[in-house]
Amino acid sequence: MGPMPFAYLRPTSLPEAIALLAQDGGRARPLAGGTDLLVQLRAERYQLDRVVDIKAIPELAELRYDPVDGLTLGAAVPCYRIYEDPAILAHYPGLVDAVSILGGVAIQGRATVGGNLCNASPSADVTPVLAVMGAICMISGPLGSRTVAVAEFCTAPGQTSLDNGELLVSIQVPAPAPNSGAAYLRFTPRREMDIAVAGAAAWVALADDQRTIAEARLALAAVGPTMILVDHLSEALVGTDGGEAALEAAARRARDSARPITDMRGSASQRRHLAGVLAKRVLQVAIERARQAFPPND
Amino acid sequence: MIERATTRLHVETQINGENTDYLCGPEQSLLEVLRDVLGLTGTKEGCNDGNCGACSVLMGSRLVNACLVLGAEAEGQEIRTIEGLAGPDGLHPLQQAFLETAALQCGICTPGFLIAAEALLDRESEPSEERIRFWLAGNLCRCTGYDKIVRAVQLAAERLRQAGQLREMEVPT
Repeated sequence: MGPMPFAYLRPTSLPEAIALLAQDGGRARPLAGGTDLLVQLRAERYQLDRVVDIKAIPELAELRYDPVDGLTLGAAVPCYRIYEDPAILAHYPGLVDAVSILGGVAIQGRATVGGNLCNASPSADVTPVLAVMGAICMISGPLGSRTVAVAEFCTAPGQTSLDNGELLVSIQVPAPAPNSGAAYLRFTPRREMDIAVAGAAAWVALADDQRTIAEARLALAAVGPTMILVDHLSEALVGTDGGEAALEAAARRARDSARPITDMRGSASQRRHLAGVLAKRVLQVAIERARQAFPPND
Repeated sequence: MIERATTRLHVETQINGENTDYLCGPEQSLLEVLRDVLGLTGTKEGCNDGNCGACSVLMGSRLVNACLVLGAEAEGQEIRTIEGLAGPDGLHPLQQAFLETAALQCGICTPGFLIAAEALLDRESEPSEERIRFWLAGNLCRCTGYDKIVRAVQLAAERLRQAGQLREMEVPT
């Protein structure tokens, strides 16, 4: 049994897409890469009256880096366009970490960052790294436009803060501050084509001496119903040089913030342990990148 | 309500270099269209959820799983399937290498591996073994243990490089 017939529509403007999505309440969904939506439709997780292909809408296909405004990442931009973009490779290696391990090459040819966010899986790879970089979701709907921080966008497994008829248009990632660095790491039994047992993303900014940590953020994947921003991280790291004791303190806070469950991919205690290990390792990468970072205008 | 349900869509596309059009249901995947509508059964159905790579095809220059693309999404695209791999002079170097090195047993994954490997060699003439293994991670094979497949891709890459060098030498100076 395949999915029940639905109408397929391909609007070329944002107002048209919003009108199509808003008409039938929950019975319409946007189609970007389709790597989650088509699988879920085939598994009859839900039934739709219409599928709205959003790839022909200019705002959703936009990918633009500006040294001042940062990155505009259209919600329908597939992963490969991100890791093949020289400016993104240079300025957002943390984002590249996530999009280059999301599925395999064929999935990366279709799957989008916007879709990964909207699918709202607790194990989504892109959500924590966008959150620690301070990224913002740009949303449009029948009542107008609004913004939500990526860190707040997912509200439960499979649930987002989008209301009926609302569409994620793009994600805005701030321009990287001088002497800052971000990274994403995950643990999977298989290195590729797998889903995180646990994941961690870090962002750090260094003081003018290029050694002391001035600011730090850490977010965890797959150890709670949504991505988790680690609490009280600054107390562990800010003012230190990111040495072993500081990293261990950060790892303890990561373990304390985790709220993992046991499932087919791993046990709660393994996940809590991994949150600490990954926190340390990903902070080390982010610190190293911050030390090598150059001012964005170079 | 206006456009609900069983409407069939008319799609114009290019498959293996030939302009092609077809009618499909909005819910039909490109894989179903290739196999059931167009009779191009070289592309295989494995998992039908994007894990196994048996339905790998090229859309534009991109490797995709045909099961995760709607037939309707192929409108205006260039699709390349296993049926388009061999040239007028015979097998593609990848096909020849797979045969010579016995890089297949039951064969159901083979069209997907060939298309995926072609997508790699179109981009990179000298991929490392690690690169080949990473690139082919989305294609599953339950017979060979992968090693022979990787060797076959390396052999084909080497022959394609040699052929490229020969062509360069033939350019009149």
